[in-house]
Amino acid sequence: MAKRQVYMDHNATTPLHPEVKKTMIKALEDFGNPSSLHTFGRHARKLVEEARDSVAAFMGANADEIIFVGSGTEANNTVLSIFACPSNKCNFHGKSQAGIITTSIEHPCILEAAKCLEDRGFGVLYLGVDRYGKVNIEQLKEAMNGQIGLVSVMMANNEIGTIQDIKTISEIVHKRGALFHTDAVQAVGKIPIDVRDLDVDFLTLSAHKIYGPKGVGALYVKKGIPFCPLIRGGHQEQGRRAGTENTLGIIGLGKAVQMRAKEMKEEEKRLLKFKTVIKKALEETIPDVQFNGHPTDCLASTLNVSFEGAEGEAILLYLDLEGIAVSTGSACASGSLDPSHVLLATGISAERAHGSIRISMGRDNTMEEVEYVIDKFPKVINKIRGMSTAYTKKVRKQ
Amino acid sequence: MIKDKWVYSEKLKEHFMNPKNVLKDENIAEYDGKGIVGNMKCGDEMMMVIKVDKKNNTIADCKWKTYGCASAIASTSILSEMVKGMTLDKAYHVSPKDVAKELGGLPEHKIHCSVLGDKALRAAINDYYLRNNMPQKIETEKARIICQCMNVTDKEIEHAVLEGVRTYLELQEHTKLGTVCGQCKDEATRLLNEYIKEHFGK
Repeated sequence: MAKRQVYMDHNATTPLHPEVKKTMIKALEDFGNPSSLHTFGRHARKLVEEARDSVAAFMGANADEIIFVGSGTEANNTVLSIFACPSNKCNFHGKSQAGIITTSIEHPCILEAAKCLEDRGFGVLYLGVDRYGKVNIEQLKEAMNGQIGLVSVMMANNEIGTIQDIKTISEIVHKRGALFHTDAVQAVGKIPIDVRDLDVDFLTLSAHKIYGPKGVGALYVKKGIPFCPLIRGGHQEQGRRAGTENTLGIIGLGKAVQMRAKEMKEEEKRLLKFKTVIKKALEETIPDVQFNGHPTDCLASTLNVSFEGAEGEAILLYLDLEGIAVSTGSACASGSLDPSHVLLATGISAERAHGSIRISMGRDNTMEEVEYVIDKFPKVINKIRGMSTAYTKKVRKQ
Repeated sequence: MIKDKWVYSEKLKEHFMNPKNVLKDENIAEYDGKGIVGNMKCGDEMMMVIKVDKKNNTIADCKWKTYGCASAIASTSILSEMVKGMTLDKAYHVSPKDVAKELGGLPEHKIHCSVLGDKALRAAINDYYLRNNMPQKIETEKARIICQCMNVTDKEIEHAVLEGVRTYLELQEHTKLGTVCGQCKDEATRLLNEYIKEHFGK
């Protein structure tokens, strides 16, 4: 086994920030229930509310617009599920008669929640994207002519890193009187976000993508926007999300956004440099590579690349033997028969999608690690291509 | 340093790290039979070539190339070792289950990655028979039409099972079988369960 371990799969999850870890270890002692009136409870309440202030400040929101939830997935499901609530007691009543628009490159938690609404009779339109993964704005404008209640577009894509023009999109959506949600799980902590400036009604974030703990996320709900809870049975989170608060997770999330506010700007510069170095090296040392995603409107830390004639799971596992952790859009790694729906939506061939690798860097990565990765890649790709029927054919044709 | 079990068996890891009998830039014409199966769109393709010991009717050498995942690479590597010295008849009937067993087990969703190896081997053996004027030796895959409306055979049902189909509904989605008159439902369900039992022991 390799001596060195290089983690470059930060879009999957991130390690705890040392400061977050410190804060959480300390908070392990604070067991009080934030709902209790006694000293123990009040102390826990104070810690939770401090975290809420941090999260709100980080995105230019008010504290009472932040709801803590169990995950980004829960936040996304909440928005879609409550929108379709058929009850006439629900704030959304009537709105849900209208259709929903989302995109073909969303995270499965949006796509499958939308599919479920479709099965229940709601009209759902999935916007297409161009070859860089940018949402088709003209298609959106045209679709907004219909009766649309909610539009959900992710801010940055987890697989290819493409960043959408959220401000432009929310303007179009609001002009037609619909509500706008953005899944910002991959964007928060990587690019500056101001909910007032972007003018979004709902925004989803997750702690474990920004060096916080797993099992906690937050949903921003703009003041005055209708809401009804997905999980009922308690007054927590202003009656918007029942269940005793995950105090430890929430405290960790609060610290995580504080650290992001301090470190984000410098870190993104550093990671963008790393990405440029890796991209150039791959192009120079390996023939027949293609990069996926937008060349400029892209997360600095994310690089998605396809190697012709080499299958993604095999690349991933050979890199893993060298101690390098990345991910792939190949079907073989997921247990399904279809490769990444995101890559296919950008119009690339199934073969190119099967041979795709996602490198997503983070705050711990160093230039030395980048050089190690650059050194291993050509060896791995050559080994696989050496036994590939697909690549032999290609070379012979030339 | 993290030390956990590998994603697949240790045997599979061994063959993935050091694949045996990979076809290098040799002259394929030196071989007595060649088979290519699979489809790039599905993310895998397999080529197998064999040399035959004509006196004993056994496989003298077997080499391969593949475009595929770790399981495809390792299962073909181990298959190429298994069949060396085997009679053509015996080699023809090596099943994905035999390969998976030799590998120390394969997760269910990876079985279809190992199917290509034995398919390519059968194609290579048939190719050898054809080249040597023994077309009578070729065992045509005796397919029987189960769904008359959509023209779906028992072989296709078996293939669907290997690809991961487990229920009649999935089988319908996968093959379009039983989507017109529906008369084949009982027979198709029986075969479905038979193949699941045969390949996955359930």
